[in-house]
Amino acid sequence: MLRTDLPVNPLTPRPATRGASRRDFLKGTATVAGAFVLATFVPLGRGPLAQEAAANGPPAGIFEPNVFLKIAPDNTVTVLIKHFEMGQGITTGLSTLVAEELDADWGQMRYEMAPANPALYANLFFGTYMGTGGSTSTANSWTQMRKVGAAARAMLVAVAAKQWNVPAGEITVAKGTLSHPSGKTATFGELAGAAMAEAVPADPALKTSDQWTLIGTRLPRLDSFAKTNGTAVYGLDIRRPGMLVAVIRRPDRFGGTVKSFDATAAKAVAGVVDVVQIPTGVAVIAKDTWSAMKGREALTVEWDDAKAETRSTDAIFASYREELKKTGLPADTRGDAAAGIAGAAKTTTAEFTFPYLAHAPMEPMNGVIQLTDEGAEIWSGSQFPSIDLYVTSAVLGIKPEQVKINILISGGSFGRRAVPNADWTFELAAVAKAFGRKDPVQLVWTREDDIKGGYYRPMFLHAVEAGLTADGKIAGWRHKVIGKSIFLGTAMEQMVVHDGVDDTSVEGVKGSPYKIPHFAVEAYNPTSEVPVLWWRSVGNTHTAQVMETMMDELATMAGRDAVEFRLELLAEHPRMADVLKLAAEKGDWGKPMPAGKGRGIAVHESFGTRVAMVAEVTVDGADIKVDRIVAAIDCGIAVNPDIIAAQVEGSVGFALSSVLRNAITLTDGVVDQSNFDGFEPTRMSEMPVVEVHIAKVDAPPSGIGEPAVPLLAPAIGNAVFQATGKRLRSLPFDLGTVG
Amino acid sequence: MITLSVNGVAHELDVPPDMPLLWALRDTLAMTGTKFGCGQALCGACTVHLDGTAVRSCQTPVGDAAGAEIVTIEGANGKVAEAVQASWRELDVVQCGYCQSGQIMSAIALLSDNAKPTDDDIDAAMDGNICRCGTYQRIRAAIHDAAGKLA
Repeated sequence: MLRTDLPVNPLTPRPATRGASRRDFLKGTATVAGAFVLATFVPLGRGPLAQEAAANGPPAGIFEPNVFLKIAPDNTVTVLIKHFEMGQGITTGLSTLVAEELDADWGQMRYEMAPANPALYANLFFGTYMGTGGSTSTANSWTQMRKVGAAARAMLVAVAAKQWNVPAGEITVAKGTLSHPSGKTATFGELAGAAMAEAVPADPALKTSDQWTLIGTRLPRLDSFAKTNGTAVYGLDIRRPGMLVAVIRRPDRFGGTVKSFDATAAKAVAGVVDVVQIPTGVAVIAKDTWSAMKGREALTVEWDDAKAETRSTDAIFASYREELKKTGLPADTRGDAAAGIAGAAKTTTAEFTFPYLAHAPMEPMNGVIQLTDEGAEIWSGSQFPSIDLYVTSAVLGIKPEQVKINILISGGSFGRRAVPNADWTFELAAVAKAFGRKDPVQLVWTREDDIKGGYYRPMFLHAVEAGLTADGKIAGWRHKVIGKSIFLGTAMEQMVVHDGVDDTSVEGVKGSPYKIPHFAVEAYNPTSEVPVLWWRSVGNTHTAQVMETMMDELATMAGRDAVEFRLELLAEHPRMADVLKLAAEKGDWGKPMPAGKGRGIAVHESFGTRVAMVAEVTVDGADIKVDRIVAAIDCGIAVNPDIIAAQVEGSVGFALSSVLRNAITLTDGVVDQSNFDGFEPTRMSEMPVVEVHIAKVDAPPSGIGEPAVPLLAPAIGNAVFQATGKRLRSLPFDLGTVG
Repeated sequence: MITLSVNGVAHELDVPPDMPLLWALRDTLAMTGTKFGCGQALCGACTVHLDGTAVRSCQTPVGDAAGAEIVTIEGANGKVAEAVQASWRELDVVQCGYCQSGQIMSAIALLSDNAKPTDDDIDAAMDGNICRCGTYQRIRAAIHDAAGKLA
């Protein structure tokens, strides 16, 4: 098994000290003659590492450049991006925040991925740890990145004031140019070198929202050009001199281990350099990818399945149903649910099942490692560098400071590239250690490795019993949730496990904004050797489907309109009510549909963002065609409305196949699917029209990478009910098996 | 030795003839714009042009590609390619971008054969190219937009 015994809790939230008056801005060391470089530490949620860094200045050594911002003599402005770019557009978003306060011209903005350096590039919502997840990137950077831009602007103005011998207050800055009424002008590039000598302002003022010229506008993505001509470099594209390629044969069953292996035939394959055992399998190292794959095919491995998961997924669901006969752990208790249901005029019970799901990002897992005299250097799509640094150093028996990680953009993640035990980084380091040579080695996962490789969205089962009073109010609601916890037993356990309940198993049910007076949620933590992981929107992938399908069902039972029924229960949550009303209005809620077509609605909050969605479907026999999706979004201030719209459109495209067909199943512990035939993502011809409406809200930005995903299933299911009268609960939807 | 003509340049490759063209491009020639997604011609990330026809390079043995004119995303040029790339950028189609080399090569092939594709034509030509980020709505719009530029 992979290590899960990390000695730290990387995600333990620390209390944020928003609005702290003391800030430390440190200038970095200029690496380009005449360039301006700036590193800042804004102590929102600062921890020991950041304090140490602030006290001692930017750490010396291998992690250059230690900056957030560089202005070059050629007038380009480069933002060092501390968050992982997996397609969500964070490189453009963070650059927008800097450019806004800097008063830069969008055309001069560039970005670079920051290297792994938690002391400089921590996620301020994750304490001292560098990592991207939970749709926090914009939210935690919102003040920090604007301060970076504002500080640099003030320094440029100060140097211009000296050079022109005019009061700083008379200088204006717009589109990358400083101007004075006397006619003097200068570009950022012309002033960059001299600006480095200016004092860094302790607390630069930020613009008010009416002064924004970039935030809230449609700015083109900074990465579009390189991603449309083949020049964008992903982890899998790294080519180092003398680089070898490794593929790994892993056990057929999760929890299996190598009993013995015979590498004779594999080593006879042309191009194969070595075959080495690592804790998770047997690695074939070759001079190119094709030779490594052919070598792996020739490998014979005998597995020890004594501790492996050998059940089929049907048996796992059966064990869940058995477990539910016991009392679970209390996750949310309001009033007396049992009494409420006992006194109800009408009741209903429902079971919902959810399969394992693979993330299946288009770029399979990979990384390059090279052992050096100083330690090790890695090139990879590292979404959680703090963990990758630690795991690599632990495997190699060196210090984290001896590991350098160059972070590349990635071909998607959807959660797969942030792993509490850093599974594929562990493998990368283990291969390097077992191989023992200083040749750079690229670890390549094939698609089959990815689909069969675990770290799935956990299988879940929900059992709900709910009742209505005679006048159509919710009398009581009892809700049992069972599925393997993502966090229990990992280094991050303390972050989200409370009294045995993993909040990410029940988020979206626990704390539901609906005013349900008698409500009881119980959680269960079954175990399995199948490794599980957050999958874009985590627990909300199943909880929203249950809550929003049940709300629709109860509204129908009560003879009420599905929107009116919800609004009454959301009276204390006006932002939720507002997105629901916006979606209903834009989505033609209440207008008649022809036979065979239906319209459904759902609303849900996750990651601080409220989303409502209307789906229109056509049902033909057992076939469901999704024609149109109308989404209403409240994610606070919309930094880039077009990227928000793109994330919602993409969430629909990403999630649709999980609604209609995707499932990872096991037969006697062996995964039944292996590639995009058995686990087929959404394709062009299935994509519905998606319309996105963003609510105008004056509140700090929250995330948009995940929150639209959970709405799709219930909106579609409720639409199918309107079209057919058939209630779809379990995912993926199968009209053929619903009565 | 296999002689391969890629983007107008001839290369002598010492690789087995059954090696997929994808790996000859990526590993032997270090031309990494063409992507590995599935290895089974199921996703289209590896799409290149072989004598003007869009093919999946992960299922094309390099031996079969000898003698053909191969064009990859790095060598995509001409008015159709320029229109497609311009529309992709103007509509900000990309998210992670990993599949987009293949999407663009398929779109260029479509528009080279069919100057004004309908939505059904786009479905037929593009259904073999998976985008896990789900950018299909913008891909469709960009193809129509590029067709407009070429009209």
